Amino acid sequence: MSSLLCQRQSLTFRARSYMAFVFTPQPPIEDWLAGLDATLERSKGFFAGHPVALDLSAAPLGEAAISQLIASLQERNIRVLGIEGIEPAGIGPGLPPLLRAARGVADIEPLESVPADAPPSAAVNAPAKKQEPASLLVDSPVRSGQSVVFIDGDITVLGSVGSGAEIIAGGSIHIYGTLRGLAMAGASGNPRARIFCHRFEGELVAIGPHYKTADEIEDSLRRGPAQAWLDGDTLKISAMN
Amino acid sequence: MNEGKSARVLVVTSGKGGVGKTTSTAALGVALAKDGDKVVVVDFDVGLRNLDLVLGAERRVVFDLINVINGVAKLPQALIRDKRLENLYLLPASQTRDKEALTEDGVAKVIAELRGKFDWIICDSPAGIERGATLAMRHADAAIIVTNPEVSSVRDSDRIIGLLDSKTERAERGECVDKHLLITRYHPWRAARGEMLSIDDVLEILSVPLLGIIPESEEVLRASNVGSPVTLNAALSPPARAYFEAAHRLKGEQIPMHIPSESRSIFNKLFGRKAA
Repeated sequence: MSSLLCQRQSLTFRARSYMAFVFTPQPPIEDWLAGLDATLERSKGFFAGHPVALDLSAAPLGEAAISQLIASLQERNIRVLGIEGIEPAGIGPGLPPLLRAARGVADIEPLESVPADAPPSAAVNAPAKKQEPASLLVDSPVRSGQSVVFIDGDITVLGSVGSGAEIIAGGSIHIYGTLRGLAMAGASGNPRARIFCHRFEGELVAIGPHYKTADEIEDSLRRGPAQAWLDGDTLKISAMN
Repeated sequence: MNEGKSARVLVVTSGKGGVGKTTSTAALGVALAKDGDKVVVVDFDVGLRNLDLVLGAERRVVFDLINVINGVAKLPQALIRDKRLENLYLLPASQTRDKEALTEDGVAKVIAELRGKFDWIICDSPAGIERGATLAMRHADAAIIVTNPEVSSVRDSDRIIGLLDSKTERAERGECVDKHLLITRYHPWRAARGEMLSIDDVLEILSVPLLGIIPESEEVLRASNVGSPVTLNAALSPPARAYFEAAHRLKGEQIPMHIPSESRSIFNKLFGRKAA
């Protein structure tokens, strides 16, 4: 049996990290859903098509209640990718899989050139990766419809970010042209992340889970240099002169 | 034929519909052909063809681009020579098929064959960012982005420029598609009143060098309806002159740029700009 396995072409698995919004429902769930509806009312379709994870650590629900919650979210066009903050036993086969803290994921190629009888640790001791600089430089304009995502650090854009384009950074965002699209900083949970732009005409700015749409931003800030940062749980935007 | 000469493949594109791609394709095709260059205009708007009407060739269409791609006809059988300009040819689109009939290999073969026969191959892109539009831009050496000075058109153009930088053969080879901005349907008085974006705003948003500004004009509409592009039908009218100047700029000539109905020349300000 084992020799048969060895002759087969070895599979290569790759791990990849993705961005997802995380919802942390608070009991009572009815009230929490009402709060979500209020948010959706302000920005329709904001979550549509984006993967969402459910953190149930604050709301210990049974399997049936979880199913019901997921169905309620689906009615709002929100699709749940996975669940975290719950015992594995609490998740039946019909529910999305359990997610665990997922930072620091590297490519995994466990089945290549490992003798069948070697101890598994031999495959795990990969050479230490060289430290990459934690910033991404974009030296061309970011056009409408384009999306630049860099979860490991800061993004610097030398040109402008067009209307309908998006920049998503784990750290801060620096834009030396005009921000007309969407900028989300601190996407990996860093509350000290900031957004700086030479000229602000953005459609939406967010730091971590806190965001403001253009409607909620003072007109006096538009067309000038501006920065956005978090003051506790409040997203603040001010002119930079 | 022009063995040894290097053909240039242009795509006329915009993202948004109704901004003047087909009109501009025909007008520029005529302007370049009048200069003595050998020009073919190719209609990529399969299913919604219009270029044949604008050029007044609709009664002479026998075979089309899809027939050539499918091997039903040979390329010379499908090419229609203009009755007024012997250097100008049309390769019409099919009206009875849709964009799915365009294949990547088929388009590549047709463009390669046209390159051996013409100085300029001008591809009239359909609106949108789907198959028809991406195949029209696929082999382009240069792109003319047609934009109206209004926010929706400008944002769609921005999207198309992003695709030109990623989905074209040149982009995939790590090269750059030359980009030229053609602003059409420009109303000087509406711009002055702030009802349209100004030329400066459009250039600031798109950061692409300006090829020309075509004023809104009855002449253009009339010309399209009688099947004779404005550069042929009313060659001395302001829009025709703007198209002729744009054609000369395409050939690398330096011509000062004028904003229609504004006396101040802003050549240095506008033409000196480079794409970022």
